[in-house]
Amino acid sequence: MALTQKLINDGNAAVDEMLAGVMAAHPGHLWRPAHAPRAVIARHGPRQGKVALVIGGGSGHEPTFLGFVGKGLADACAVGNVFASPPPQPAVDAALAAQGGAGVLFMYGNYAGDVMNFDMATELLEMEGVEARTVLTTDDIASSPDRAKRRGVAGNVFIFKAAGAAADLMLPLDEVERIARHANARTFTMGVALSSCSLPQTRRPSFDLPVGEMEIGMGIHGEPGVRRGPLRPADEVVDEIMDAILAEMGAARGDRVAVLVNSLGATPLMELYILHARVAARLAQAGLEVHRALVGPYCTSLDMAGASITVMHLDAELTRLIDHPCDCAMFRQG
Amino acid sequence: MVDAAVLKARLAALATRMAAERDALCALDGAVGDGDHGIAMEQGMKAAAEAAVAVEGSLQEICNAAAKGFLNAVGASSGPLYATGFLRMGKALGAVEAVAEGDFGRLAIPAMRDGIVHRGKAAPGMKTMLDAWHPAAECALAGGTSAEIVAAAEAGAEATKGMVAGLGRAERLGDRVLGHMDPGAASAAIMVAGLVGMAG
Repeated sequence: MALTQKLINDGNAAVDEMLAGVMAAHPGHLWRPAHAPRAVIARHGPRQGKVALVIGGGSGHEPTFLGFVGKGLADACAVGNVFASPPPQPAVDAALAAQGGAGVLFMYGNYAGDVMNFDMATELLEMEGVEARTVLTTDDIASSPDRAKRRGVAGNVFIFKAAGAAADLMLPLDEVERIARHANARTFTMGVALSSCSLPQTRRPSFDLPVGEMEIGMGIHGEPGVRRGPLRPADEVVDEIMDAILAEMGAARGDRVAVLVNSLGATPLMELYILHARVAARLAQAGLEVHRALVGPYCTSLDMAGASITVMHLDAELTRLIDHPCDCAMFRQG
Repeated sequence: MVDAAVLKARLAALATRMAAERDALCALDGAVGDGDHGIAMEQGMKAAAEAAVAVEGSLQEICNAAAKGFLNAVGASSGPLYATGFLRMGKALGAVEAVAEGDFGRLAIPAMRDGIVHRGKAAPGMKTMLDAWHPAAECALAGGTSAEIVAAAEAGAEATKGMVAGLGRAERLGDRVLGHMDPGAASAAIMVAGLVGMAG
């Protein structure tokens, strides 16, 4: 089979070469400790007395995670290999560089590898006298009927945003943790994949998805979803996803939501806006007010074609936090 | 007799073998997971073997170096699991220069299994790497030969085809993983063979 065409030099060096580019492009936002090239720290944001929000995960989801490091959002990020959790050391290095004596909150998607590595990082930080707690994101409603077992996907953007704003407002660790859990519990995502991604190291499709078919509920690493079926028009795909999200969310007419229509990498803005038109119509039909809408690539899966829809069910507290300004290398607001 | 030179050579042979199996392991993972398991095992064993070669010391010190090398190179799921396994294996072998071949299998393979259980909290039958490590460890404890230990690991990996996953990414897939060998169990069978000197 022909190898996927990619603009890379060496598949094994892809993450480090990307990081070199990110640092060169955004020196006003980001820096790295000399001894820790896989720990990315916000230039502004971390300060004495502030809870440090440290996020992280595998590469290949850009702008998730490192693009959300900046004032008002995450203080630092641990960068893993493509689709692989970072080892404990970059998470420790990121936490030590960003912490301001008020504790560390680790936030990342709920995957077995990430949990093991960040738990080891937490143990190492404890030995340094730094308290670190963890809130896992579990917004992918297609991945399990049990909320605690669900994966964290594109809803990370809103969940990290709420927690990052809470930390930026100098709230104590207990409060930032509570808000992070609250934000996660009210965020719902479901996606659809139209084609496989391919890893830079293999340059072969990670899974086989025949032309004319789509996979509903596909994960952001190409994990198989809940079912496969023929590709259907955008409105029908949105309806299936929105039916599932609205049923889970249980919102009342007049409630407010934040919405994200996200590209998995290869799907263009034209298609995202076509999807969003139907999303907005469905929300209006349900009597829900769209307080904020994001449309674009926020949590990708390398070059996968497809999209996900996230809805965060806002309340007064989350609305304030979602509106809080932030200034990151790849995400700015206010 | 397994001394420092033999252990380092076995880790190096495993690194070579994982590189050769990389794409096959990625393909297995593509069916049930995210398609990168072969890359993690290739990079992890390469780093473990290099770290081991750089150390002059006891079998335990070599295992500790391999653990650290593996973990820092890959992270992922296999990083913490194999790092903890190598640490336990080093502790079981002890600060000695060499052990007899029969003792090596009896000490190293169950210790690796125990480390993986400690870190990953899996039980046999959950369609994970443990389904290869556990029968291999039981066979080693029962005094099995190297060939019998390897056969037990391979049979264990084969048996994962009939299992529904109880842990990790594949857990969310239910019956869709039936018929697919767990990639972690497949690479575990290779690890077992390599450690007892039968990596080919």
